[in-house]
Amino acid sequence: MLTDALAATGPSLDPLSDLSQLTAYPFMVNALEAGTIVAVTAGVVGWFMVLRKQAFAGHTLSVMAFPGATAALLVGLSAAAGYFVFSGAAALIIAAAAAGRTPRGPGHESALTGTVQAVGLACGFLFLSLYGGVLANYESLLFGSFLGITHGQVLALALVAVVALGLLAVAGRPLLFASLDEHVASARGVPTRALGAGFLLLLGLAVAETAQITGALLVFALLVAPPATAQLITPRIAPSLILSVVLGILITWVGLALAYFYDYPVGFYITTVAFAAYVIARVARSLADRPTRLTARARAAEAEA
Amino acid sequence: MLAHEFFRNALLAGTFVALACGGVGYFVVLRAQVFAGDALSHVAFTGALAAAAAGIDTRIGLFAATIAVAIVLGGIGRRAGSDDVAIGIVFAWILGLGVLFLALFSTSANGGNGLLGARALFGSIFGLDASDARLAAVIGALILAAVLAIARPLLFASVDPGVAAVRGVPVRALGLVFLVLVAATTAEATQAVGALLLLGLLAAPAGAAHRLTPNPYLALALSVTLAVLATWGGLALSYAIPSLPPSTAIIAIAGASYMLAFLATADWARARRPLRAGSAHPGLVEN
Repeated sequence: MLTDALAATGPSLDPLSDLSQLTAYPFMVNALEAGTIVAVTAGVVGWFMVLRKQAFAGHTLSVMAFPGATAALLVGLSAAAGYFVFSGAAALIIAAAAAGRTPRGPGHESALTGTVQAVGLACGFLFLSLYGGVLANYESLLFGSFLGITHGQVLALALVAVVALGLLAVAGRPLLFASLDEHVASARGVPTRALGAGFLLLLGLAVAETAQITGALLVFALLVAPPATAQLITPRIAPSLILSVVLGILITWVGLALAYFYDYPVGFYITTVAFAAYVIARVARSLADRPTRLTARARAAEAEA
Repeated sequence: MLAHEFFRNALLAGTFVALACGGVGYFVVLRAQVFAGDALSHVAFTGALAAAAAGIDTRIGLFAATIAVAIVLGGIGRRAGSDDVAIGIVFAWILGLGVLFLALFSTSANGGNGLLGARALFGSIFGLDASDARLAAVIGALILAAVLAIARPLLFASVDPGVAAVRGVPVRALGLVFLVLVAATTAEATQAVGALLLLGLLAAPAGAAHRLTPNPYLALALSVTLAVLATWGGLALSYAIPSLPPSTAIIAIAGASYMLAFLATADWARARRPLRAGSAHPGLVEN
């Protein structure tokens, strides 16, 4: 395979020649473009997801890409169509059920989300076995592949990203209000339920897009790690949103470059780089917080004395 | 059906896996830790593949990986209030590691095809031999016994951690022990229904039981019963329809039981009323 031959060479230590090598092949340019589009969408939508503490729902919607892709294969449609249908349907189910919940605490919503996820994956496995034994490339459905992305796919991804980001730009302010303080927002006449349902649908759209590059199981890394890292670094809204996007892009580029030069799966590199960024931010945060905690304690001791 | 040895083995292992999942699942839902269960189930995948890549028994990898991660999650969770995010990032990375092991395993000389990966992800309950099944039954029974042994204090600590701590219940230690039990359950269930599907057996019967009755012991019994019935029904259904994989059938029945319980108890009239302060999370029903 092409990358196998290239992987043997590895990167030289000259960044400029490495960069020109990275962009020398059209397939790699397509992968970088697609990765960038996906990282921007995931960075923005994921930022709201982390703020709304909907990581579990996000993960559930993202694994729906697997039944989506296998169902599409089974009936002979494009995988992308299957992604959007299944992620959208799961978002609707979770949103509708959240509206019909009985007043019994938060555990019930998570039980529902977990059930939706398991049933979705079970359907995916069923479609896979109906399709005929174990599909040769089921791994790339689950874990992603950056090879063979066409220019047309890049354009389609860009279109979806523009729609998703446009919707968020319109609904961003009330959504932010509803996410930070649901009750006050509701009292002020913000339609918090409709916004919640709409956001889940948007999340489904975003993960269906992202899954095409990262695979169903690893979307979540791009959705959760950059925003969580950004929100650790700064609590201010606009800077952390921008930081989330920038981190997402950097993580994707570094991951793609590593996968290009060293012959291991791109999903491994992207998740590892994302995890490293989060760990560094978390350690830095706790180091930065420590002196202030000490001084607060000293002040309290002084006040007591 | 029972004349086939593979079916008897599957029935034995499946029953005890379901007992463990139903019992542990009740508390997973009560404590709103389904996401942690989700994370541990994905860790199980990485553990199985790491063991395969290293050439040791899959079960050792399963239990070692899930229990180690459970202890880490117990350590980082509950402190910062950013629970889910920390859990999500840790397990996204561990899943990434799993992909690496999958690549290592399938490129190594003894490797071969992606069959092992598919088995770890989706289970292969009909492939268990008699000794596998007996071991799975013993482990399942031990997990259920451990859950029942700590059921009373765990219930107290889950429903009202503050009061429980004041009364001398070791809330933190119980939480950690419970996470380790969840980890053992996921490792156990991976052999039967696979790392990706076991969440259904953990969440769906328990979720249905929680919806049907507020009485904790009744709900616990109901959760275990539903899990076992789903497993039996799934195995029988899959035997009757060969193209239906057993793990899919089990999860489909468990999911259907949850859906029925949901439709029977959902309060749609309440949903149409506007949200009021204090009505979103009124907490658990007191009893």
